Amino acid sequence: MEWDVVIGLEVHAQLATKSKIFSGASTAYGAEPNTQACAIDVAMPGMLPVLNQEAVNMAIKFGLSTHSTIASTSIFARKNYFYPDLPKGYQISQFEHPIVKNGFLDIILNDGQTKRIGVTRAHLEEDAGKSLHEDFHGLTGIDLNRAGTPLLEIVSEPDLTSAEEAVIYLKTLHSLVRYLEICDGNMQEGSFRCDANISLKPKGEKKLGTRTEIKNVNSFRYVEKAINFEISRQKEILESGGNVSQETRLYDAVSGETRAMRSKEEANDYRYFPDPDLLPLVVDELTIKSIKNQLPELPADKRERFKVQYELTDYDANNLVASKELADYFEQVCSYTEATAKLAANWVMGDLMALLNKDGLDISQSPISSQSLAELLDRISDNTISGKIAKSVFEAMYAGEGSADEIITQKGLKQIVDPAVITTFITQVIKNNPTQYEQYKAGQDRLFGFFVGQVMKLSQGKVNPQLLNQLLKKQLDS
Amino acid sequence: MHHLSLKAIANKLTKKEISAVELIQYFLDRINTHDKTLNSFVTVCEEQALQQAHAVDQLRNKKKLPYYAGIPIAQKDIFCTQGIKTSCGSKMLDNFIPPYNATVIEKFNQAGFITIGKTNMDEFAMGSSNESSFYGAVKNPWNITKVPGGSSGGSSAAIAARLAPVATGTDTGGSIRQPAALCNLTGLKPTYGRVSRYGMIAFASSLDQGGPMAKTAEDAAIMLNIMAGHDAKDSTCANNAVPDYTANLENPIKGLKIGLPKEYFSAQLDSNVAKQIEQVIQTYKNAGAEFIEISLPSSELAISAYYIIAPAEASSNLSRYDGVRYGYRCEDPKDLTDMYERSRSEGFGSEVKRRIIVGTYALSAGYYDAYYIKAQKIRRVIRDEFLTALNKVDVILSPTTPNTAFNIGEKVNVPVSMYLSDIYTIAVNLAGLPAISAPAGFINGLPLGFQLIGKHFAESTLLNAVHQYQKLTDWHTQSPEQYA
Amino acid sequence: MTTVNQETIKKVAHLARLKINDEESKTTAAAITEVLNLVEKINTANVEDVHPLANPLDNNLTPRADAVSESNQREALLLLAPSSEAGLYLVPQVIE
Repeated sequence: MEWDVVIGLEVHAQLATKSKIFSGASTAYGAEPNTQACAIDVAMPGMLPVLNQEAVNMAIKFGLSTHSTIASTSIFARKNYFYPDLPKGYQISQFEHPIVKNGFLDIILNDGQTKRIGVTRAHLEEDAGKSLHEDFHGLTGIDLNRAGTPLLEIVSEPDLTSAEEAVIYLKTLHSLVRYLEICDGNMQEGSFRCDANISLKPKGEKKLGTRTEIKNVNSFRYVEKAINFEISRQKEILESGGNVSQETRLYDAVSGETRAMRSKEEANDYRYFPDPDLLPLVVDELTIKSIKNQLPELPADKRERFKVQYELTDYDANNLVASKELADYFEQVCSYTEATAKLAANWVMGDLMALLNKDGLDISQSPISSQSLAELLDRISDNTISGKIAKSVFEAMYAGEGSADEIITQKGLKQIVDPAVITTFITQVIKNNPTQYEQYKAGQDRLFGFFVGQVMKLSQGKVNPQLLNQLLKKQLDS
Repeated sequence: MHHLSLKAIANKLTKKEISAVELIQYFLDRINTHDKTLNSFVTVCEEQALQQAHAVDQLRNKKKLPYYAGIPIAQKDIFCTQGIKTSCGSKMLDNFIPPYNATVIEKFNQAGFITIGKTNMDEFAMGSSNESSFYGAVKNPWNITKVPGGSSGGSSAAIAARLAPVATGTDTGGSIRQPAALCNLTGLKPTYGRVSRYGMIAFASSLDQGGPMAKTAEDAAIMLNIMAGHDAKDSTCANNAVPDYTANLENPIKGLKIGLPKEYFSAQLDSNVAKQIEQVIQTYKNAGAEFIEISLPSSELAISAYYIIAPAEASSNLSRYDGVRYGYRCEDPKDLTDMYERSRSEGFGSEVKRRIIVGTYALSAGYYDAYYIKAQKIRRVIRDEFLTALNKVDVILSPTTPNTAFNIGEKVNVPVSMYLSDIYTIAVNLAGLPAISAPAGFINGLPLGFQLIGKHFAESTLLNAVHQYQKLTDWHTQSPEQYA
Repeated sequence: MTTVNQETIKKVAHLARLKINDEESKTTAAAITEVLNLVEKINTANVEDVHPLANPLDNNLTPRADAVSESNQREALLLLAPSSEAGLYLVPQVIE
């Protein structure tokens, strides 16, 4: 039987404010347990929440860049449930009246097609603390540093139809929040977390099937694996005549499987009601306008500009704008070099990214500055070195041995462009390989490459390849 | 000494007719003598109070002190006091010593007042008789078989017995005005948002308001000057300018328009109460006030709406008492659920649990619209009816309570009859209006109070009206014989 | 007239994490029924078109500026905890 897969994602993006959403405690990651949990975060008696304006501004930024409606009045509500990492016994969230609703995000699928994914809503809420399960004599330790960190919960329409699409949407969203500088996007640290709602229905069927929710998957790769696992699990159940039960499941990265959560088995009744400690949040047009004016160039706009300004393909432009830092780096290289943008794009996304990825480094941590890379590209385009030599110069630069020019000089890698010198190399090689010379002359054209190789070897790769080709052909065919 | 007004005491201190240490010791002695019977204090801050008094006396020779520096005040045990146990009348917080002060406490400290003790109260302010306290019932100094009212019953008993010159209270449905009425005091519930709720332990956040309890309107005005004002730590706190509440006290009230809601003066009104209130009306008429009949048609719905909204908010506000970070935790919990359920069941008293269950029920799926949303709609209707009436009149007059103090034990197991004792006070909280209760005389030796309700932020009008009344009457000067 | 049965009371009590035995659930059910009958007077009102009032003053929020104003208060706050170790609050095991 054929199945339609229906996926909706709920993303929790921690907003990059300095202080918490309802208290003046720091949100910095990695502090000693409970050192950033003030009396408000710990829900001491008589403590009251006071909303952080910056969290509101960040939500508005997100809303504006997803073509959403910014609610002129939004309401904070209490979501009531008991859990040790939830100090007040309720989470302050937005329920019926979120600040952002009815937007969309365009994603570019692997075949180059654009698909529009609905953003149902995005609302402000507070994060919970953390339960630490290391053994404290069979007890659980509670760290409330994270409690009260502002979150923007971004809920998509169930418009995604495969794990692959889900990951593309997630990456697009990730890139967007980083462009907006409203979230650092660090998935390991939990700054950008994803819950996936997945259901299957017979192909063409209108009515949605029963969904399961996979909680808190903390990498793009795991999202893909978890969704694919869940799709096959549900398929198996449905095809053997069973029913999928609506439940929350956890992804286990070790086994690659999802399992039902034990703690949330009982149906929850969250008893939402407007938080009487917080009045309605009113956002006026002027505020929206001023935030709109401060918005940076967004990934989609940048991509279109790159295609025109740098004459890049869809593919190159899309890859380069994936992160703002990468795009900025590329633009800096272009501004410093005389080489073509295409060459710059190839080097940035090819050699540079390969080495950075290998070392687990971010573009901002690149040992080669944009200016240094530009210098190398200049030496390629002015024929000082060949592309091949450039790769070894590049590696030396990456290893910190100096600038392109320094390395070229030190190692004597400057390309040989003097026809007389090249002709001397060619004469030497023909002399050293009389048999092959005879065979070539007898019509074995493919030996041309052999002679190129020998000259390169003899010259330690320094001969200008175009010149060598010309001169070698002339000499062999004369 | 113990009958003196704040001004008179401050005068004596300034003139050094008495030292702050002597003053504090004087009231501590009265507490030691009388409070074993009355049970109005949960904590007496003997050592700290004397220390602070000593410091005041030392400083008085060196620099200019705030005018009221050195005067004792009793603080309701709902206000968090740094380093002093703050129990909210509950076993749940019997061991709770806050590391911070409520804004109200901070303001009284700044003004030089000395906290002499923390007063007993109904557990989490839920009650109208002070019988739901973990620390036992408080007795009414006018008759110790009677309740002092609640939830600020410790504060009212303490002032009535002259164990402290003034005290703070909080009022969610009448908890300042009703005990003030039952103990022959003047108590003001300010406009919602006039006084910061920061550090004041929440019962029902959209209704709770702290306010002064005193012997006279003048003392209440002095206290409100200190308590009122914007606080960035409370999002619901109003940003309106704070007037000097003592400035208008002496204004004549000739021409003051007073509304009498016909619904409050129905046939059901006790005839003795009606007689007393008629005297109040006559006194005001003599002073030149005009009376106009008004109507608050939905007032009979106020109790119903209140007993949905208040428990609903309370059920959520009290979820933080879970045995994890502070307060009571049960012995040897066998698992997480057991810890929650036993800590909360053992830590809360029965009235609190009853209200948590009502509130949880009213908010739960399937009932939210029928109860909570509907109650909030009625709340708007009630508020708007008040605002319409207050367009025609300056203040609205009513009895504060349907009767004088009832017997201890009389209503403790009949929650609904207890709830009905707040019939005249509750609507005011729903509407967020300011209201004051002041002595209206005695019925069979027990005090009765009358209530004036004002426009939003018109506390000055209320204090002026009561001060003028108190210049023409002497009910407020009377105190129980045993504590004379 | 609403009557609340013991089973409902037990369910609601559990939502509120209150432990209630059979005897208590009976008396509580009776008491709650009485309270609900008091509050159900609201059903006599026709408020269909009225907008719910959450706050009597109709004010709006005034958010604060984003600044860290709180320092580390762990020592003072953990002192109040029924059980703590290594800077953490301890609770019976949480099972996910």
